[in-house]
Amino acid sequence: MVNNAATVGRSGVHDYVLVRASAIILAFYTLYLVGFFVITPDVTFEIWQSFFSGFGTKIFTILALIALLVHAWIGVWQVLSDYIKPALLRGGLQFFFSVLLLVYLVAGLLTVWGV
Amino acid sequence: MKQIFSIYRYNPDVDNKPYMKDYELEIPEGSDMMVLDAITLLKEKDPSLSFRRSCREGVCGSDGMNINGKNGLACITPLSAVPAKKIVLRPLPGLPVIRDLVIDMTQFYNQYEKIRPYLINDGKAPPAREHLQSIEEREKLDGLYECILCACCSSSCPSFWWNPDKFIGPAGLLHAYRFLIDSRDTATEERLDDLQDAYSVFRCHGIMNCVDVCPKGLNPTKAIGHIKSMLLTRAV
Repeated sequence: MVNNAATVGRSGVHDYVLVRASAIILAFYTLYLVGFFVITPDVTFEIWQSFFSGFGTKIFTILALIALLVHAWIGVWQVLSDYIKPALLRGGLQFFFSVLLLVYLVAGLLTVWGV
Repeated sequence: MKQIFSIYRYNPDVDNKPYMKDYELEIPEGSDMMVLDAITLLKEKDPSLSFRRSCREGVCGSDGMNINGKNGLACITPLSAVPAKKIVLRPLPGLPVIRDLVIDMTQFYNQYEKIRPYLINDGKAPPAREHLQSIEEREKLDGLYECILCACCSSSCPSFWWNPDKFIGPAGLLHAYRFLIDSRDTATEERLDDLQDAYSVFRCHGIMNCVDVCPKGLNPTKAIGHIKSMLLTRAV
């Protein structure tokens, strides 16, 4: 059995479940946004702002951002551990992408909560 | 009819780097032969050409090689199945080359060894005479036990190319499922414990190269799917 610390889940099974669960959330969020654009033919700033100021949309957006963080963290780790073999370079890139994803999350949280 | 072969040549004792060498073989019009027969005839012309062979009928799995870009057994691949002006033969990809078409299969066998490819029975409730299986229990092994470990599948799998030391590979996992599903084996939980990490099984992303190349027509991706289901079922 291979042990690793850089991914999100405690095991391959855990990662597998997390990737699929987060993908479901992201798929529903995409449908939610597409649905908004379909039923709103003329999207003005006021309509856009009122859509995102709704409590449900805020919660759903934050959930989608967390799902994106988990999904991309595991995905990036899988790609890096396939293609980047030097441990220091891999660790450095993993650190960079993990911090970047956390920045996206925090920036998203502040943006959504500021509406 | 003249058939041209382009064959990967590399002898580390004399060559600085690998190169492709062209050979010509006269094949009687209207006749066919296996790729292995053709390279055996070429070896008569050039005895330095090296490749593995043994049973020459698709049972031993010695002569796995890359034939016109697709892994397969030279002994059961007829020339008529690879209709090309030039047939390109290379060693199985992803594993170190020892010489010409002969590869070092240590990493492949190490992964096979990891899955403990033998029946493990704790000996509790031993039967009076022998471990019998019902017809249904035995049928579960069909499509699994036929694997001859030729390595065509594992060496066509990108996940195995990138992590041959951590990912078991399709051949090993096919055998792993063969023992997981065997009614006489009592080490199912221990076997699953060994496979639940992020590499051993879960590096398989189901691209099915293994199914495409298996010379025995087996389906390792399906077996891997069953292993994932078993791991998930006990995890949730």
